[in-house]
Amino acid sequence: METEKKNKSLVIEGSKYLTHFNKKFQDRIKWVHPDERIIKAVLPGSIFKLSVKKGQKVKKGSTLFIYEAMKMRNHYIAPIQGVVKKILVKEGQFFKKNEVILEFE
Amino acid sequence: MSLKRKTRELIKRREQVISGGGEKAIKKQVAMGKLTARVRIQALLDKNSFHEYDLFVEHEARDFDMDKKVLHGDGVIIGTGTIYGAPVCIYAQDFTVAGGSLGLMHARKITKIMDHALKMRVPLIGINDSGGARIQEGVNSLAGYGEIFFRNTLSSGVIPQLSVILGPCAGGAVYSPALTDFVFVVENISKMFITGPSVIKTVLGEEISMEDLGGAKVHSEITGNAHFYSLSEEECFEQIKKLITFIPWNNTQKAKAFPPKKSKSEYKVEDIVPSDPRQPYDVRDVIRAIVDDSDFFEIQELFAANIVIGFGRLDGDTVGFVANQPKVLAGVLDCDSSDKAARFVRYCDAFNIPIVVFEDMPGYLPGVDQEHAGVIRHGAKVLYAFSEASVPKITIILRKAYGGGYIAMNSRHLRADFVFAWPSAEIAVMGPEGAANIIFRKEISGAEDPEEMRKIKVKEYKDKFANPYVAAAKGYIDSVIDPEETRNMLVHAIKISANKIDNRPAKKHGIPPF
Repeated sequence: METEKKNKSLVIEGSKYLTHFNKKFQDRIKWVHPDERIIKAVLPGSIFKLSVKKGQKVKKGSTLFIYEAMKMRNHYIAPIQGVVKKILVKEGQFFKKNEVILEFE
Repeated sequence: MSLKRKTRELIKRREQVISGGGEKAIKKQVAMGKLTARVRIQALLDKNSFHEYDLFVEHEARDFDMDKKVLHGDGVIIGTGTIYGAPVCIYAQDFTVAGGSLGLMHARKITKIMDHALKMRVPLIGINDSGGARIQEGVNSLAGYGEIFFRNTLSSGVIPQLSVILGPCAGGAVYSPALTDFVFVVENISKMFITGPSVIKTVLGEEISMEDLGGAKVHSEITGNAHFYSLSEEECFEQIKKLITFIPWNNTQKAKAFPPKKSKSEYKVEDIVPSDPRQPYDVRDVIRAIVDDSDFFEIQELFAANIVIGFGRLDGDTVGFVANQPKVLAGVLDCDSSDKAARFVRYCDAFNIPIVVFEDMPGYLPGVDQEHAGVIRHGAKVLYAFSEASVPKITIILRKAYGGGYIAMNSRHLRADFVFAWPSAEIAVMGPEGAANIIFRKEISGAEDPEEMRKIKVKEYKDKFANPYVAAAKGYIDSVIDPEETRNMLVHAIKISANKIDNRPAKKHGIPPF
């Protein structure tokens, strides 16, 4: 027997509908505007070489650091021009997915 | 040696091979809550109908001491049999023999029975229970997978292909089921993934169990890779048998007709659907109120439940149903429900099964996640599938048919053969609230009491447009019908469409928005 769930309301084009939510809809992640000044790891891996220092002025397109992930050495390219505010990792350090690596001012 | 003695030797040899991976391995299989490959085949097919081939096939691997190993039947059983009298070709991987691993001869046995199924134009059933590629056989096992995938594709839309996942099915092996029409999974037994938990842990540092990564529930509810979910192998076999009764043996035939039956009296069409279009109900009850014996065989019940698909019979003939489900997410179309519906429509079209659509949907699901997940191209699949389908196509609009959803859900404009609407139908460019807000924006914002004005204008719009008669006046719908007439109208529409010819421009194939 199906357990009776309480109805929730879903608004579509101004009309409010009584309905149930499915798991995927409930678990969906709310979108947040990405902050270009914060560099996060897209994959887990390790830092092979840091190419910039704290306080350094960096041009857009230059290498920030080289990291190892998925058996590859990759250059992380600066997405913006700016001054490095913080570096949160050391060479050789492992990082997780979504971990903050570096911040711009 | 006399013939009798030779026959005795044959029996001895047979017994040896039939023992599979031996007592110990069989005990282990049973301890995992699994049946053995031969028992599975016997349980699924009609009694005494199974005939096995390639029993004495042996592997030819020589590297890594493989030449010293005997692998009975090379870890897979192939043969033919019947299900309720319908001929089928079947293979079942035997996990007790080298973990059901796939080597060259193992694959060759599978492709042999696949070739046979295609040539004989009968359904193919594959029971998957394998640790994956037989590493010792190297690139030969990869070649084997490739040969299977090619045949899956070749047979697609010609013969029904069913994949039954009764054990691990990992890495490249998962692509054969993914290429087939229907995938069956069983709780705690089925496991499907491209990369397993151990690889994910070493590479990504993410820890997850096999069950959470690619168990039966995950594929039935989240990924949509599986079509039928069950709690035991026995229940799974019953589902397969039932499915076989609904579908034809190949794409040149129609599904077997059954003696017509009335729907059960406990389902009354007019009592199920609330007249307020914002109130939910279970659209499956509407289908049950219409189909023979109220027997609706649902597919992908847990995945994208905002759309319902499945088979039922009308006056004895198989019909494929596609219905918006107001009970879940108000019945909207989104990425998943579009995928689900479009694929099913293409299945029905390939196998000469008429399609009936029950429409009651407010539009597409709004959200950044949907847009970024590509709801445009996913939604387009529904348009493509309905437009492309040349089997009889009938739409019943129960309540809401707004905007893009109206077009997508097998509208006249996509060449539905018959479009009927209940008196409760609202066929409009959008919902009354949204439409009134746009059309009467100035009147509403300029009013002394905007809220009151909004209500008045919404009602005005509702009275004028939230009905089936505007569309009926233009001939976009063929008939506004009394809900009680639904079954009769459908039965008649399908009978009258039995010899439908719908010629399309010749082409190699279209390019659907995959």
